Order: sequence, then C-alpha cells, then structure tokens
Amino acid sequence: MSLIYQHSRPGRRAPAQAPLLKGETGAIPERFKRRKRAALPELSEMQVVRHYTRLSQKNFSIDTHFYPLGSCTMKYNPRGGNQLAMLPGFLARHPEAPESHSQGFMACMYELQEILKEVTGMQAVSLSPAAGAQGEFAGVAMIRAYHESRGDAARREILVPDAAHGTNPASAVMCGYEVREIPTGANGDVDVAALREVLGPQTAGIMLTNPSTLGVFDRRISEIASLMHEAGGLLYYDGANLNAILGKVRPGDMGFDVIHMNLHKTFSTPHGGGGPGAGPVGVSQRLQPYLPVPMVGRDGDDYCWLTESDCPESIGRLSAFAGNAGVLLRAYVYARMLGREGMPRVADFSTLNANYLLKRLQSLGYEAAYPERRATHEFIITLRRQAKQLGVNTMDFAKRLLDYGFHAPTTYFPLLIAECLLIEPTETEDKETLDAFLEVMGKILEEANREPELLKGAPHTLPVKRLDDVRAARELDLAWSPAKDG
Amino acid sequence: MLETIGVDSIERLFDEIPDGLRCGELNAIPEGMSEMDVGRLMDARARQDGVAVCFIGAGAYDHHIPAAVWQLATRGEFYTAYTPYQAEASQGTLQLLYEYQSMMTALTAMDVSNASLYDGASALAEAVLMAVRANRKSKSRRVLMPRTVHPHYRRVVRSIVRNQGIELVELPFDPEGGHASPEALAVHAGEDFAAVVVPQANFFGVLEEVDLLTDWAHANKALSIALINPVAVALLAPPGEWGEQGADICCGEGQPLGAPLSSGGPYFGFLCCRKALVRQMPGRIIGATLDLDGKPGYTLTLQAREQHIRRSKATSNICTNQGLMVTAATIHMALLGPDGLERVAAACYDNTAWLVESLSRLPGVEPRFDRPVFHERVIQLPVVAKGVLRALAAHNLLAGLDLSRDYPELGDGCILTCATERRTRNEMESLVTKLERVLSLQGGAPCQLQPKDW
Repeated sequence: MSLIYQHSRPGRRAPAQAPLLKGETGAIPERFKRRKRAALPELSEMQVVRHYTRLSQKNFSIDTHFYPLGSCTMKYNPRGGNQLAMLPGFLARHPEAPESHSQGFMACMYELQEILKEVTGMQAVSLSPAAGAQGEFAGVAMIRAYHESRGDAARREILVPDAAHGTNPASAVMCGYEVREIPTGANGDVDVAALREVLGPQTAGIMLTNPSTLGVFDRRISEIASLMHEAGGLLYYDGANLNAILGKVRPGDMGFDVIHMNLHKTFSTPHGGGGPGAGPVGVSQRLQPYLPVPMVGRDGDDYCWLTESDCPESIGRLSAFAGNAGVLLRAYVYARMLGREGMPRVADFSTLNANYLLKRLQSLGYEAAYPERRATHEFIITLRRQAKQLGVNTMDFAKRLLDYGFHAPTTYFPLLIAECLLIEPTETEDKETLDAFLEVMGKILEEANREPELLKGAPHTLPVKRLDDVRAARELDLAWSPAKDG
Repeated sequence: MLETIGVDSIERLFDEIPDGLRCGELNAIPEGMSEMDVGRLMDARARQDGVAVCFIGAGAYDHHIPAAVWQLATRGEFYTAYTPYQAEASQGTLQLLYEYQSMMTALTAMDVSNASLYDGASALAEAVLMAVRANRKSKSRRVLMPRTVHPHYRRVVRSIVRNQGIELVELPFDPEGGHASPEALAVHAGEDFAAVVVPQANFFGVLEEVDLLTDWAHANKALSIALINPVAVALLAPPGEWGEQGADICCGEGQPLGAPLSSGGPYFGFLCCRKALVRQMPGRIIGATLDLDGKPGYTLTLQAREQHIRRSKATSNICTNQGLMVTAATIHMALLGPDGLERVAAACYDNTAWLVESLSRLPGVEPRFDRPVFHERVIQLPVVAKGVLRALAAHNLLAGLDLSRDYPELGDGCILTCATERRTRNEMESLVTKLERVLSLQGGAPCQLQPKDW
C-alpha cells in the first residue's frame, strides 16, 4: 500500500486542524530558528482518515481474529474501560494539578493499589512502572537496594531459569547484576538440585515465572523459596502468567518477595500494537521502603501523593509523572467489573480452554512438550518430528495459520524446546472458536504431509507474502525520503 | 470440554498446585459491577476533579487534538493488535510505524528514529545509556547534565543509570539568563565526558545556546544528546543542524503530538540518532523490505539488539514501544502537516508572550530570566507562590507550577507558566484579573474560596 507521503502535494492542508491566526514570532532571534520546514506530508483531512483507516484493515487484532499468542494473554479488551478512561475529566487532568483537583483520579489509583495487593498477596503496590520490563527493572533494583541497605555488597548474581523471558536477564543486567542461568528439569520444573549447587553468599535473588513459560506450575515452589531465603537471597515473580492463577494461588503465599504484574495481559488493557502497557510492582514488607514513586497514600479522608520526600529509601522515579495513568484507569475499570468472584473465573476458563485445546491437538497428532503435565492457561507443542520428517518448520505452520485467519501462537519460545508453538487461548474465547482453530490445525497437518510447499510459501492470502527479514537488516531502510520516490 | 480433557470438574485442572498454597476468597476486593454501575462511579470521579483552565506546562502541554486522531487510533484493529511479530498480519501497524519514523527524522533532521520508548524521561535515560555504549572516543562514564533539564527527568535518569556506575555531573544555570552557564561549562573544558545533554527549550522555557553546547561537546570528545519539544522544533532549529556537526542523539517527550494530558500518561518517548549509532539504539525499529514477490512491506528489524534475542547482552530490557500513542502521533502529524505544526508552535509562543506581558504589568510581577523563551516562562511573584496558586486554583485556574520545591535557589515566589494555543484571550485575561485581586488581598483577609485538601 502506498505511503502517506505518496498522497502528499506541496501546499495542501487541512486548515481547520490548526490555529487559523498565525502567531507573531518575530522576536525569536534568527540563530534559534528553523530555516527549512520539516518534510512532513501535506494532506487533506479526508486523505489522512482514509489512509489510516485502510492501514488499520491490514492488521490482525483481538477485535477481528483469534490470537492464541502464548505468554501474551490476548484476551478481549472491554470497551467500557476505554470509554471511561477517556472521560473528559480524566483526559484533561494535568499531572501537576494540585491534589485538591485530583481526588477522583487518586481514589481510582488508591483502590487499584489495594485490589492488586489482595490478588497477589503482597504488602504494598506501586503503580508507576510503565510496562512489564520496567516493572522487572524496578523489582530487581529493589532487591539490590535491600542488600545494599544491609551492607551486603557481595551479592552480585541474579539467577534466571533457562526458560525465562529475555527481559529477565536484560533487566538484571540493567541493575548492574551478573546473570547465571539455571536449568529446567525433564518434567518442566526448575532443577532444584542444580539450584542448590549455585546458591551462595553471591546470590542476590532469583527471577521466576510460575506457572513458567513452559505452561506448567512449578510444584516445588515452596522448597525453592525456602532454599533461596536460607541462602539470603530474594525471590522475584515475573507476573506474565498471572492470568493462570488469578484468585487461585497468590505469589505472596508462594514466598515471593517482589512481583510485577502486566496489566495489559491479566487486567485486559489493550496492547495497542505494542503498548502502552503498565507494570505495577508489589512487595513484601521488607522491600516496602524501596518501592518506586510516586504512589497514592491516604491521609484521613483525603488521598495524597507519596513522592521522594515521603519515601527517602525509594529506588526513585521511573517516568516523569505517575506512569501510564490512562492504562491504569482501564485496568481499574476491568477489576471493578470482574470483582472478587470474577477473578478465579479468569483462571478457571483460561485453564479449561488451554487443556481442551491441548487434548484435542494431541488427538490430531500434535506432540505435547510435557504430555504428562497438566496445562495451565497455556501449553507447548513441538513440531520437531514434522521438521525432521517433512522439512516444514514451526514458522511455516505459523504463517499458514495466518492464511486461515488465525493469528499464530508464539513461535520458537521458550528457547529450550525445539520447533515449539506456545499456545494461550485465554478465557474470553468460546468453544466454537476453539473448534474452528482445531479444524484448521488438523487441515494444516494434512497439508504438511501432502503438500509441504503450501506451508513453506505461506502466507498466500495476506497483503504481503513472506517478508525478507535478512534484506531488512542488511539494506537498512528506516525512513522515507523524497529521493526514494525518484 | 471436561469430558474431552478427562476430568470431572474445572477444579481438577488445578491439582498440580500444592493444596497448602491455595488462597481463599479475596475479601478485600469488592464484588463485580455492571458496566453501567462502574460508569456511574467513574463519571462521578472524573467530574469531581473538574476541568480546570490549565496554565501549567512543565513537561505536559494542553494542545488541541484533532477529532480524527483518537477516533482512528481506537479502531479495534489498532487498539487491540499486539506487537507486530507476525509481520504479514501486521502491515497496518508496521507501515504506520515506518511513517512515524520518517516523520520524526524529518522533524528532528536526524538520520533514524526508533518506534518509541515509554516517555520523555525514560527516553533521556536510554539516550544516556546509549551514549555511554556508543562513544568510541571516550571510555568515560560521566555525563554532563544541565540543571535546566526537567527535575523529574534528572531523577528518572538517576534511578535508571545509577546501578551501572554512570555519574551525572550537574551543570549550573546562569542566574540572569536561566540558561546553562557558559562560565560553568568552561570549568569542565578538557575533562572526559561520554555525553552532554542539551535541552531546547529548557525546563524554564528558556532557549539554550544549542550550537555552542553541541560544538563544546564534540570538541571535548563527548556525544551531544538533544532533549527537545517536538512542537517547538517546528519553529526552532532541529537538532540535526545544531553546531558544526549536529547532535548525535535526540530524544524527548512525544505527548505534545496528540496525547491528552491524562494525568501524565500514557505518553511516549522518542529517540533519534545518527545512522552510525543505530546498532546501539534501544527499542523497536521498523525497516522496509520486500516480500517473496518483490512487493514492498515492513518488518521489525535489527532485532539482534533486543532482549528476546540477546537476553543479558541486549541494548536495553525494553520489549514494547508505546504503539498506540505513536499511532495517534502519526495521525496527528499527518493532519497538521508542516504548516499546521508551525502554526501551533507560533500560537503557543504568541499566547505565552502576550500573557507574560500582561502579567508583568501587575505590581511586583516580572519575568525571572531575561533570555528568549519558547512557550513557557518563569514568573516572579512579589509574594510566596504557594498561597497564590492555591487561591487561584479555588477559581479553577491552574496558574503555573511552584518552583520552590525543585529550585530553592529561586526563592519561594517563582512559578513556571505556559499558555498553549488552546488558551483563549478571555482565559488569559481572567488569570491576570484574578491574580491582581489575589495579590491585592495578600496581607489582608485570606480568600474565602479555599479547597479543603490542597
């Protein structure tokens, strides 16, 4: 499809979109001024609306497609959250508005903090991290602040299972830690014997996802927590898979000291094509002094901001203001609609849907990575047999699914399972959709046997065919310029 | 479904969780509500905060957003899509991001742009980390940070870089001009720095001598990091043209391009750089390429920099951009075009100049610094600012930001005030009149209209 620039003509404008009167700027000294106008496109309002409407139609999205993307929790995003977060009073509130003009907004934030405390079993929550990765950074920074406050400078190492999200090791490094990987046992649980061997006075903590990225609940979590605490380290909970256990079991009760939540997953705020998210952190009592600011506190009947001066030991501020407030409002609306009785229902139906898909995929001939284990809200199948015998790999299956109108599951993650698909249906899909997906999975397996070229050349029906990633990285073209259109 | 799975109840599906760990009822969470009831609650709370007339800027600016921007951005196909890992099923988002990158490079006169970071402050922190990694001429881990950079930004940078042994050296400002002090800069000549941060306009709204600062950085083997307002740059020289060689990295807050004030977020941070530095850039980057038939298309590229490939060796832990905010910004820039954006910038400049002139006619009220500004200015009041702001807030006028907390050296009578293109002559006149009354009452009876919970 043509670029917005290709609709542009010199001098064309959408005059009603900008101030009609030209402001007087003659007093700005020449040396500060821009000499040549920026090469932004010049268009009418209708051209812009049509172009971006058409572009949007080239996307898969939850509103249009089943999106079983493992570890991403692509559930339906209730529209009420969007409408209510965009009420004029919330949109117009300046981040530096006085508390007297902020009590309604702050009430929502305070109550969201309380809801997240209860559902995770933690002592205190800060909403400020802007995304999961920033929540991880905050969590590990708090672990570091805790050890430093006790004068324990020897703890240089963060342990991360080999199945962990890539953000875990990257966040630990940003906090100045060395990362040591620990292996996963054959049954999908953390290899506790291997863990014992690496624990020591250099251990600052461990970052775990439970249920893990392998789609199984680590049954020995209490033992791991005891071992870590005995060694003087702390436990970090990556909340990516919180959806699976909402209202069933709480990270605080499993022994975790710090947790981040992905509100754009579990609390159903939209993914927006890659963000914004929100990654609040919760902590046990001993980490409470280090929580990132600002937070909302309570002073009698009034809500007040807790900032650097109220929390002198805080790891500090992570965004200019109070994080992704509009996302937090959407999560708050979702939490209030679900309520206490709705939270375990999320875990119930996401787990039911996943186990149903797993069983039926197995009967279609797909191989489960952990056939003896119960699926949580997601599970892994491996296509290593098909790759070896038929020469079609996981990416080919994924691209063929797109042809049939299903977004592909997560591919090639976790890294330790060869040719894997990580499948997460979420609780918001009905049985008919799951059955339609299964029918297509059966069909693709047949195609793989009969006509593998069909998969290798997929997708065939989308706006573009398979794209050349190597060319994209080798012949970098990251911005349009007039010269490109000759 | 249970039959297919071979269990007799959903509860059985949780049998791998040890019994002792299971939680009971979540009593502290209220019962579920209907959309109508939550709607009533939220409506009351939004209304409770009112819609004040806002003369606060300080990093978040009240601009007009064309109606089409959020009507398009909240289309389900943009709003509920994921990160575009499956490129063929995400050409809408990917092409839009490529267009965004193109517009940002045009606006800043830099070579490349990423697909955005969380906000302006975290973008500055990432720019600092990037500069330390990328500077081949200096191994230094010191970065020169003017005190004229937004105080919250300086705090965020400190929180994010301090565990990596990076030292932020503060550059004081000139007490008359409110710009980074040339004398203070001279003291550091010949010292080893990885980078110098150059804000334009600075936190006080004052225009910095960006050519001089950029050239100074390069003469001292440091990289130059421009921190800009994307609306201001429609009027002011773009970072790619600063000094002899231009800035190396450019970042800032994208909020003025189509994001509502919304209590401080979600906004987005932008980050641009010279082409030679692109492999040290954090965050998502979109590239144009071809499909099997030779047809153009767009895809995530240079992923070897990122955490999902490089894990502990990645350029950053970031794994999202602020996709939806960038969607809005791209549509916003396309609707305004070069002429519209320039008009917005000029109207802001003009409004603020008019307001400052009118305020300065009041006894004892005057601009604090004497150098040119963009659309914000520090105003010196003849009395303590806190009480004045409180009294004006009771009239639903947010007159500015009290600077005494972050700049005690300015005393307790300075506020930072901004009038964007949205402020009408009436609103500005009302501010002048009410301020006059409040000032004349100072020392007399306190204002009757005091909010109870300031």
